[in-house]
Amino acid sequence: MTAFGVGDLAVPLAIVLVFLTAAIRKKDLFSVFLTGAKEGLATTASVLPALVLLMTVIGMARASGLLGLLTAAAAPLAERLGFPAEVLPLALLRPLSGSGALAFFEELLKEVGTESYEGRVAAVLMGGTETTFYTAAVYFGAAEVRKGNGAIPAALTADFAGTVASALAVHLFFR
Amino acid sequence: MYSLPYYPFFVKDIFRQGCVFFSEYPFIGRNRLSQTRLGGGGTGYFLAAVTAASLIYGAYSGNLQAVSAAALGECSHAAALSLELLGTLCLWSGISAVAEECGMTAWTARLLAPVLKLLFPTARRDEKVMKAISMNMTANLLGLGNAATPLGIKAMKELKRAGGNLPSATKDMALFVVINTASLQILPTTVATLRLGEGSPAPMDILPAVWLTGGLSLLAGILAAKIFCREAGS
Repeated sequence: MTAFGVGDLAVPLAIVLVFLTAAIRKKDLFSVFLTGAKEGLATTASVLPALVLLMTVIGMARASGLLGLLTAAAAPLAERLGFPAEVLPLALLRPLSGSGALAFFEELLKEVGTESYEGRVAAVLMGGTETTFYTAAVYFGAAEVRKGNGAIPAALTADFAGTVASALAVHLFFR
Repeated sequence: MYSLPYYPFFVKDIFRQGCVFFSEYPFIGRNRLSQTRLGGGGTGYFLAAVTAASLIYGAYSGNLQAVSAAALGECSHAAALSLELLGTLCLWSGISAVAEECGMTAWTARLLAPVLKLLFPTARRDEKVMKAISMNMTANLLGLGNAATPLGIKAMKELKRAGGNLPSATKDMALFVVINTASLQILPTTVATLRLGEGSPAPMDILPAVWLTGGLSLLAGILAAKIFCREAGS
């Protein structure tokens, strides 16, 4: 038996677990899967227009050197936090815009590569945080609540902690 | 970069203005709404300003050729990216549907119940509230984005009823929103697919780091909510 990491195990294990349960419980795995998978089709179609717009805008900003300028301006602050400056715009964008963050993440991966320190921090940040303002707006809006009672500062504290933690975690697991 | 021009709105009333300015499709993995709603005028002004600034700065710095290439070609990248994610989304939407059909959501909800009783002490006796909360958390954990939002909205309404229908959020409601704004997903499939597409040999090798980050962020959020949020009516 050769060595493997938790990352190699997680995805196949999850699939096997779900499929085996379905088999044991005698569910119609095939048709239930197809019904669910169709939803993925609709979701992708609905995200594409936003991605085209946001990736064009971010791509232009990057190509012009504007984004580099911003990164350079943010570098001293980022360094103090032990955070890679290239990823800082992503950390600012993440709580505000889900597809914006995704577009930025893709552009960043192209530039720094997936196995670099910056690329890993960006991936961990994307995976470990959420679109805070959107979520809060949906939930408070649905409950017809006007005052958040400190939820926004608390959620932003969580985002800040996640940002710092993403750099720390990459240091911890990859160096 | 994004927040500066709109900052006063956040201070004034994030919930009302936030809906207008920042509501958009929250990305994948948590596919919550099926419509793309890219904000109101605010987002438009921001995008116009960034493209104009890119043109001017690109001309100034001599990168105009690259700006033109990006303006022409990035849309194809976006389409390619969507295509790349299409498979992932279909696969996991399908697996999620199977998991739900098998009643796996109900198991996890039962496992989570003791933790949730600790987190929401005032609502612990209300069966309906606890059930709604635990179903939402389970959907989040399993990455069932489509299911998580309606369940979360239901939980918010139950929490509001249990708190006496006050116009401001109760402590439990605030905490619930904070937990939902932190990421709970076990498998970051979207991120992993993008890494795979860019040539990563082991795209899920970030998993322990993602869990640590998500966990620390969640812990910080819960602690902050316990500090910042006051009991309603006091």
